[in-house]
Amino acid sequence: MNFSLDGLRTILRACAGEPENGDLDGEVAAITFEDLGYDSIALLETLSRIEQEYGVAVDEAPMDELTTPQALVDYVNSRLARETAHV
Amino acid sequence: MLPPRRVVITGIGVVAPRGIGVKNFWETLTSGRSATRNITAFDATGFRSRIAAECDFLPTEHGLTQEQAARMSRSSQFAHVAAREALAQSGLEVTERVAARTGVALGSAVGSVRELDRLYREISGDGASWELAPEKAGPYLADYNTPSSLVREIAWLTGAQGPAAMISAGCTSGLDAVGYACEILREGSADVMITGATDAPITPITVACFDAIKATSPHNDDPEHASRPFDRDRDGFVLGEGGAVFVLETAEHAHARGAHVIAEVAAFAARCNAHHMTALRPDGREMAAAIDSALTTARIAPEAIDYINAHGSGTKQNDRHETAAYKRSLGDAARRTPVSSIKSVIGHSLGAIGSIELAACALAIEHGVIPPTANLHTPDPDCDLDYVPLVAREQRVDVALSVGSGFGGFQSAAVLVKEGAHR
Amino acid sequence: MNTGHTAAQEPTAAGRAATHRDALPVFTGLAVAAPNGLGTDAFWSATRKGVGGIGPITHFDAGAYPVRVAGEIHGFDAREHIPSRLVPATDRATQLSLVTTAWALGDAELDPADFGEFDGSVVTANAVGGVEFIQRELQSLWSKGPRYVTAYMSYAWFYGVNTGQISIRHQLKGPSGVVVTGQVGGIDALAQARRRLRDGQRFVVAGGADAPVCPYGLTAGMTAGNLSTGEDPDTAYAPFDRSARGHVPGEGSAMMILEPLGAARERGARHIYGALTGYGATFDPHPATGQPPTLARAARIALDDAGLTPDDIDVVFADGAAEAAADRAEATALVELFGPRRVPVTLPKTMTGRMYGAGAATDVVSALLAIRDGEIPPTIGGGDLAGELGLDLVTGGPRPARLDHALVLARGDGGFNSAAVVSRVP
Repeated sequence: MNFSLDGLRTILRACAGEPENGDLDGEVAAITFEDLGYDSIALLETLSRIEQEYGVAVDEAPMDELTTPQALVDYVNSRLARETAHV
Repeated sequence: MLPPRRVVITGIGVVAPRGIGVKNFWETLTSGRSATRNITAFDATGFRSRIAAECDFLPTEHGLTQEQAARMSRSSQFAHVAAREALAQSGLEVTERVAARTGVALGSAVGSVRELDRLYREISGDGASWELAPEKAGPYLADYNTPSSLVREIAWLTGAQGPAAMISAGCTSGLDAVGYACEILREGSADVMITGATDAPITPITVACFDAIKATSPHNDDPEHASRPFDRDRDGFVLGEGGAVFVLETAEHAHARGAHVIAEVAAFAARCNAHHMTALRPDGREMAAAIDSALTTARIAPEAIDYINAHGSGTKQNDRHETAAYKRSLGDAARRTPVSSIKSVIGHSLGAIGSIELAACALAIEHGVIPPTANLHTPDPDCDLDYVPLVAREQRVDVALSVGSGFGGFQSAAVLVKEGAHR
Repeated sequence: MNTGHTAAQEPTAAGRAATHRDALPVFTGLAVAAPNGLGTDAFWSATRKGVGGIGPITHFDAGAYPVRVAGEIHGFDAREHIPSRLVPATDRATQLSLVTTAWALGDAELDPADFGEFDGSVVTANAVGGVEFIQRELQSLWSKGPRYVTAYMSYAWFYGVNTGQISIRHQLKGPSGVVVTGQVGGIDALAQARRRLRDGQRFVVAGGADAPVCPYGLTAGMTAGNLSTGEDPDTAYAPFDRSARGHVPGEGSAMMILEPLGAARERGARHIYGALTGYGATFDPHPATGQPPTLARAARIALDDAGLTPDDIDVVFADGAAEAAADRAEATALVELFGPRRVPVTLPKTMTGRMYGAGAATDVVSALLAIRDGEIPPTIGGGDLAGELGLDLVTGGPRPARLDHALVLARGDGGFNSAAVVSRVP
């Protein structure tokens, strides 16, 4: 299973609505969540939803490092790959 | 214009973890031994944080009737027991005339959430449906869903018939309620206020919501050392429970009846950070503004503060924010003033803690002892003040500052002074 | 001994003593979201005509509950009014409070950015918190597990949340707070706002919000035994009536902007709807003591605070519990204060249901608009005992009247009483 930027967009919208600045459907991969207007609680909520929907443990994710959508997508994919490897 | 009325504390009651009654409370605080442990209130398997500072509290052992124990929520029971102790200490007799001039201001962040949680399971079949079964609700659910019922219980207990309110501002509720009571007294709307705060949040829904934002400590293997404010290795706050209640009077009223004055509430001030519901900006600007305002009202210079009872929740963010606020507000005096967090010993009882901490300040003034910050072995380099680590300190305290910070951005500060002390 | 009279001679809330004219706390912005009108204009045009907003419950399937009608706001989509980021993080009560706050600031043409960092404060009243929010999260917790509880639960349901969210949204950093006193909270919030102005705050956003119409809110309310089981929306909430059988709950929010008169005039405030001139609050003794309830004393304290006598009051917005004993007690208090049928009494809340934290705040808005328009809004759906109880209840349509001073009364479950006097500002 792979976690895509579009997958993140869907979950972000459900958990935290539209960004304060810019268009979530645009080129957002490298824009920081802070600049988009998503706060720390919104991101925790998003991670929790990813965990539920993708069955991957991300609850102790290094939040300080996952500052952009791309970083978050990469992190989730690395976790997914690790879980698959365990199986 | 008349000078504003002075407000004094003439009675204190406390229910805290390993500290039911003022005497036990003070012994526990000054021992520097943490009362946190594995949660026994419910089976916490599956939760991220499974520790808390709990009260070993059986209502019927503390003077409540079976009927009261069944009716009142746990937070209400805490307030009841604390209020009775405070009233007894004050020696106040609430006659019919006094009743009309006696009010109640009680703080609580989450009211009767423990009972809302418990009864939800009954009426929903453990969440089986959105629709609920009212016939399974029992007779008291309305009380639990209407937390102002806590105030009613205290008014009934004490006979108060003056202005009454529950004050709720998250984790500053306990300071804000006392601040509210002071205003009622100073403006002349009452002569006596029964005031304080209570909360009993150790229940699955509350533990789960703090899990979800990783605010509470996951230090589950070593609960006694989990609450470590200002320590480099701190990893969140530890939930607590309890209540503290004061008999607050105008100085004139207290002196006229020859009451013993424990301390004077010289000032209260509050600000909002208007930043975020849970996050804090690192500069401590708004907390500092609240402290500045309180000191100005009390006409106290930073150098005159003998003790600061910190919010000191033990989250990474709070302890730095707060340290920055002290430096910003007090300047050089911040480094010379002892600061401690009793949450290291009794955990964080949300809305109740502000009043419990004020009680600690009053007792520090009365006994000339500063309770320590337990578990502070290796200070965070960003937290570089005198946090009175590990061991209580004997020191005369004439002026104590108590500070609180709450979800919603609430920042509050209160100043207690020894009545008549030169300052 | 007449404790009420004694109390009225004591120094009271000090509004009069401490207030010279420039410091008079005046209302410069108003907003209401209520079952009979979303927005002040819609609310007021319905209210003056006696158009009610109580109806069959539609927020959920209430078929199995003994309570079938409520005051619901229809056509409110939070996404149309607040940023979508806030929607999953807020209960309906918070959404309503955010919307009415923005409207009230707009009505006052007051932009907080034009003032100093700490100049603005917020005080809100709330009775039952985000009860729908907590129900949803309790369901997640108990049907799925603790990890399914949303991160927003850490603040979205608690009683202080509305003040926090309003403070953040409008950058109000002054001393702020929350009063939780059931149905009387709206008045207590205004009293607290007046204290803030007295301390030197430049303006205060104050009012209340509650949204109790969800399964948990209704189920809890029913255990108090004072919710009406009437199925006809027109008669289910019938205060001062032979058929009185409890109240109908309603959802809503009313927010107001208060400023000192001098500063409001100086900035050229568009509206000065009136002033908060008096306030009083009391708590009833335990029924078993046999001592009388204290609503009349609260009213007397408020009148004394305003420097007025009962003869000065032109209209009373009453509490209207719609329970036989409580209605009688209120009528007794009013007759004791004013004499039989000496002052018009009205209950526009018969058009909305009792909105708890928003209830008394909404009545204050109605009182201010009644003063402005010279017209008392009517009471609908009840009142056949009013005459017998010695009340001149305004029914059957609005009543034109020159109004200078209105008394607003409220009682909250358990024994809370609060009274406010609002007055025309010449």
